[in-house]
Amino acid sequence: MPAPAEAPAPESRPEPQRNDLLLRVRDLRTWFLTDSGAVRAVDGVSFDLHAGETLGIVGESGSGKSVCAKSIMRLLDEPARIVGGSIEFRGRDLATLDDEALRRVRGREIAMIFQDPMTSLNPVLRIARQLVEAMTAHGRFTPAAARIRAVDLLRRMGVARAEAAVDSYPHQFSGGMRQRVMLAMGFSNEPALLIADEPTTALDVTIQAQILELLRELNRDLGTAVILISHDLGVIANVCQRILVMYAGEVVEEGPPEELLSNPRHPYTWALLHAAPRIDTEATDRRLTTIDGQPPDPRAWPDGCRFRARCPFAVDKCAEHPALLPIDATRAARCWVTQAGGALHPPGRTHAQAAAPAAVQSTAPLLEVTGVTKHFALPKEGYFAPSRVLRAVDGVSLSVTRGETVGLVGESGCGKSTLARLVTRLHEPTGGRIVFDGTDITHASPAEIRPLRRRMQMIFQDPYSSLNPRMSVGEILAGPLLLHRIVPGEAAARARVGELLDLVGLPPAAAGRFPHEFSGGQRQRISIARALAVGPDLVVADEPISALDVNIQAQIINLMVDLQERLGLTYLFIAHDLAVVRHVCDRIVVLYLGKVMESGRASDLFTRPLHPYTRTLIAAAPVPDPRVERARRHVPMKGEPPSAVNPPSGCRFRTRCPIAQPRCSAEEPALQPGADGQLVACHFPGVL
Amino acid sequence: MSAAAEPLVAARPRPAALRWLRRYGLATLGGAIILAWIVMAVLAPWVMTYDPNFVDVANRLQPPSAAHWLGTDALGRDVMTRIVYGARISLSVGLVVVLVGGLFGTLLGAIAAYARGWAEEALMRVTDLVFCFPPIILAMAIAAALGIGTVNTVIAMLVVWWPKFARLARSLVITQRSLEYVEAAQSIGFGPVHILLRQIIPNAVGPLIVLVTLDLGQAILVFAGLSFLGLGVVPPTAEWGAMVAEGRELVQQWWVATFPGLAILTVVMGFNFVGDGIRDWLDPHARTR
Amino acid sequence: MTRYVVSRLITAFALVLFATLVVFLIANTVPGDPALAALGDEQASDPAAVAAFRAIYGLDLPLWEQYWRFLQRLLQGDLGVSIATRRPVLDDIVDYAPATLELATIAFFLSLAVGLPLGILAAVRRDSWVDHAARFVALVGVSAPTFWLAFVVLAIFYGHLDWAPGTGRLDPIAFPPDRITGLLLIDTALVGDWETFHDAAAHLVLPSIVLAASTLGLITRTTRAAMLEALSQDYVRVARAKGLLARVVVTGHALPNAMLPVVTLGGLAYANLLTGAVMTETVFAWPGLGRYTFRSAVAVDFPAIMAITAIVAAIFVLVNLLVDLSYALLDPRVVRK
Repeated sequence: MPAPAEAPAPESRPEPQRNDLLLRVRDLRTWFLTDSGAVRAVDGVSFDLHAGETLGIVGESGSGKSVCAKSIMRLLDEPARIVGGSIEFRGRDLATLDDEALRRVRGREIAMIFQDPMTSLNPVLRIARQLVEAMTAHGRFTPAAARIRAVDLLRRMGVARAEAAVDSYPHQFSGGMRQRVMLAMGFSNEPALLIADEPTTALDVTIQAQILELLRELNRDLGTAVILISHDLGVIANVCQRILVMYAGEVVEEGPPEELLSNPRHPYTWALLHAAPRIDTEATDRRLTTIDGQPPDPRAWPDGCRFRARCPFAVDKCAEHPALLPIDATRAARCWVTQAGGALHPPGRTHAQAAAPAAVQSTAPLLEVTGVTKHFALPKEGYFAPSRVLRAVDGVSLSVTRGETVGLVGESGCGKSTLARLVTRLHEPTGGRIVFDGTDITHASPAEIRPLRRRMQMIFQDPYSSLNPRMSVGEILAGPLLLHRIVPGEAAARARVGELLDLVGLPPAAAGRFPHEFSGGQRQRISIARALAVGPDLVVADEPISALDVNIQAQIINLMVDLQERLGLTYLFIAHDLAVVRHVCDRIVVLYLGKVMESGRASDLFTRPLHPYTRTLIAAAPVPDPRVERARRHVPMKGEPPSAVNPPSGCRFRTRCPIAQPRCSAEEPALQPGADGQLVACHFPGVL
Repeated sequence: MSAAAEPLVAARPRPAALRWLRRYGLATLGGAIILAWIVMAVLAPWVMTYDPNFVDVANRLQPPSAAHWLGTDALGRDVMTRIVYGARISLSVGLVVVLVGGLFGTLLGAIAAYARGWAEEALMRVTDLVFCFPPIILAMAIAAALGIGTVNTVIAMLVVWWPKFARLARSLVITQRSLEYVEAAQSIGFGPVHILLRQIIPNAVGPLIVLVTLDLGQAILVFAGLSFLGLGVVPPTAEWGAMVAEGRELVQQWWVATFPGLAILTVVMGFNFVGDGIRDWLDPHARTR
Repeated sequence: MTRYVVSRLITAFALVLFATLVVFLIANTVPGDPALAALGDEQASDPAAVAAFRAIYGLDLPLWEQYWRFLQRLLQGDLGVSIATRRPVLDDIVDYAPATLELATIAFFLSLAVGLPLGILAAVRRDSWVDHAARFVALVGVSAPTFWLAFVVLAIFYGHLDWAPGTGRLDPIAFPPDRITGLLLIDTALVGDWETFHDAAAHLVLPSIVLAASTLGLITRTTRAAMLEALSQDYVRVARAKGLLARVVVTGHALPNAMLPVVTLGGLAYANLLTGAVMTETVFAWPGLGRYTFRSAVAVDFPAIMAITAIVAAIFVLVNLLVDLSYALLDPRVVRK
């Protein structure tokens, strides 16, 4: 399979050296030879990489992108094995290289950083040691020289107080800082290639923006080629000059982001693009375009085109496995339909025309939260240490009217999860008031709240731990029915369980199976069914889709929108993904470090954000369109989130705010009305 | 070792039976050993031809022969019969101590962990306290004070046995109680008793079963040790530890002390094999191979 | 760091105090009467003699006063007078302790020297024959009753093969050295008495092997499990990706993390060896604390039992304290915030 010939890159990108082929992967096959059969994780992947080039590999879980990256470095253990293909790097085939030669390549000519910064660093060794050994292991530096260089590297990567940091331990750093340390380690030997496997997935969106900016700079300044792996098209578009889209162990499309993302030539890319909500456009319909089903089983890829079962454009020819063929000078796709010149039309109405979002009904709020606070006492370090308090929620007020969807947005540590649990009274507030449909539940006892639990329910973030692994789906769903005596007996419960499963799009046979037999998306459906079992008015959804792939996210969003219409639900939707929140919510509340920064209608908030935090949040979220990316104003957010145990005086955002003034540290801004029903807590709203 | 490119060998999976044997062969062997002992212990009165306490001084200290497969001891009693009858005592003592102590400790630990606050603190202090004493010492002190005898020794062992179950149950419940399905159950409106007993404990059962299995062996060891010292059973009861004590000086007539010890060894090994097997079976990491 | 240490010290002290209280209560609420046990049948039938005995040993005072007296004396270093031997318990303990200390320490180091490398090797070469052999050896060590193993080993190596000397710390005809520390190896080395040194060392071989057997099994299994856990962590993969030598990855990255649970368990094991060697000591006629404890228990010798319990509790608490402190040194997450 020939790699596509390269054409001169668009002027806006730096010109990579075309004569300097760095990496040539041909027909790479990495299989997991397990006892129950061969899992063909990477099944024939080919691509070229030139010096200084940035290549993005995008795909969902199970596509093989991560296995592909680890195969290049030969970091996979038994039962994984490279069973075919070649990985030519600077004249050597890495796939067959002996162990010692491979060790010399690792960390020196090719470096890799991984997804989870919290576990990538050895907790009992100092940062200095971990940085220095990367350099001395290849004999390029003496320990003394390496240490000096380590401090320089940390400084370059933006680690504050590098001299002190280098002697610290990993647990003293935040996730973003640790990823910077990882980058320092990766670049310490000036490798020709850096492979970054989902480096920002575990980070907040503002920190992610900082790290991606860093990656771009390093690529530009040092000329290091970068392979960036992600499931997020926006992240890839932000950094990469070329994109590979992987599905079911193969590359299905290849090309520069400007063209690939505006005019996809493979239905899977098309689906990815349209399944993701956009932060920069107003949606006409809350429903997203989704494709049904899930990726096929890697133990037995289907014959013919592997995407065929889910493809809305499939034709008869698709029964034959398509090859990756060039479309033009810079692009290639593995699809018969587009190969034959067919176009992928923009998403049609796959659902019946939805009624306009139901007009918000009665004016009396269903949920009213006033000045609520929640302080957690932290365990003391010793008998004599001062006691510490974590101010998770520190004075939040909001109201939710019947029938609307209110979004709660913020980064990690802002208190949104705690607020969700306060509203459903899983925790008791330290102060303030919570009134649900006229009843004050702030300090109600468990017995008093019990009848109200029928009217408000919660959906949780992690599909894997939110269902009891020892209970069958039927038992999980019947539990609430029987507890609240909604049905008269076991038989009636079974019938109702069948109805609930149907409501969320699962077959009735699912009732007899156990959670581990289902995928993440299906488990979230079960969670939703469980929440609906009691017939609630208010559903609090705590990051219900964060742990799911893009396509499945879209399916669940559609499901939730459908259910809202059919059952007249009210949602409190908590998320960190602004695009999703813009797409789904009527009103939005922005939280930072336990306080409300801004709140207002979704459309107003995104077109005219008044608070600097909102503005930087929106600016930091990557958009899968490089042209839009470049046209947007980049508003940098400095530094790291402060500690919730010792929040900054005055305005909590001032330590990272681009327009902070002395007044901001002296006086805490109150939540004032801005324009048109928007509320802002800032001394200088709308300035940024 | 990194994955290297090799021709496509081993594409066909190994036969399932061989796989299973590699992983659980020892555990099955252990199970067979224990089963054999249980069967022998239960059927002892009907199968054994000699009486375990029948004194026959004329035949004392006979080496293993066709008449006495494992020889006779200093009082002419048949060693093999005494070993089989000893199994009855060892197995029942082990069972009682571990099941009763385990149940008590688990409940205490689980409740304290779910209730949190002072209950949990108190539990930790009390278990800390009991952990200060090695089982032998405390069991010796209590058994000595209460007098020797099987029942008293069992009581002494119970006192020292429950804390480790409480500690394990506590750590298991702590892990479970922060999982979201517990929050979901709370938000649905289930009460704490239901959540603890019907939702959390079934998920914590695995490691507890491993501990029970391994501890059955340990309890038998400790009881045999106490009997060896003279604190456990009352003579002339046949018990493995006491039998080793009786044969302790008899270096030339080695069979008197060796065979009872071997019995202990095999039973304890059996329990350890099974316990390890269960632990491997429960370990999610091991499954992916 | 200091705060941490002081907090742990306070907890430790409270624990020891509680332990003595508990034992005191147990000892006084159970039926055995030391007076009757010590006096023998004839005198026990004479109420005056019994009363006199009780008065001497303060057994006729109310409970709390007895305990208070006990605490006072404890703080002054007086552990009471043994009813059985009529000597101060402290003297008894000082006599018996070094034998146990010597034996337990040697056994502990033996089990470490064999168990640690075996566990590490088993983890690094998982599922190889080394792994299976190590696991089997560990299993046998943990399953074999110590008293039986002692007998078997003695019978074979002394009784039949005559390779090792008999029971006791020295040959019956040997002259023990002057007591400086009570530890024979040290005492003989200090005065240059090499013949007795060899004798003492030879007598130590068998009992320390027996005592080490079960600890060896425990350490091997724990080390193996901890190493497997560490080797499966992300930071090990990162270390390999940096191009470090395999040896460095194992010893420099995995091992420091694996040592944490091993230290905890090792500490506990050492404390168990010190306080629970009674089986081995009995079979090898070793004049150590274990035998003393046993004799005191059988004779219901209250002062001795209480003193021993206080000491045992103190040893455990001390060892736990040292383990906690070393954890604070080994694991930077413990104290630094």
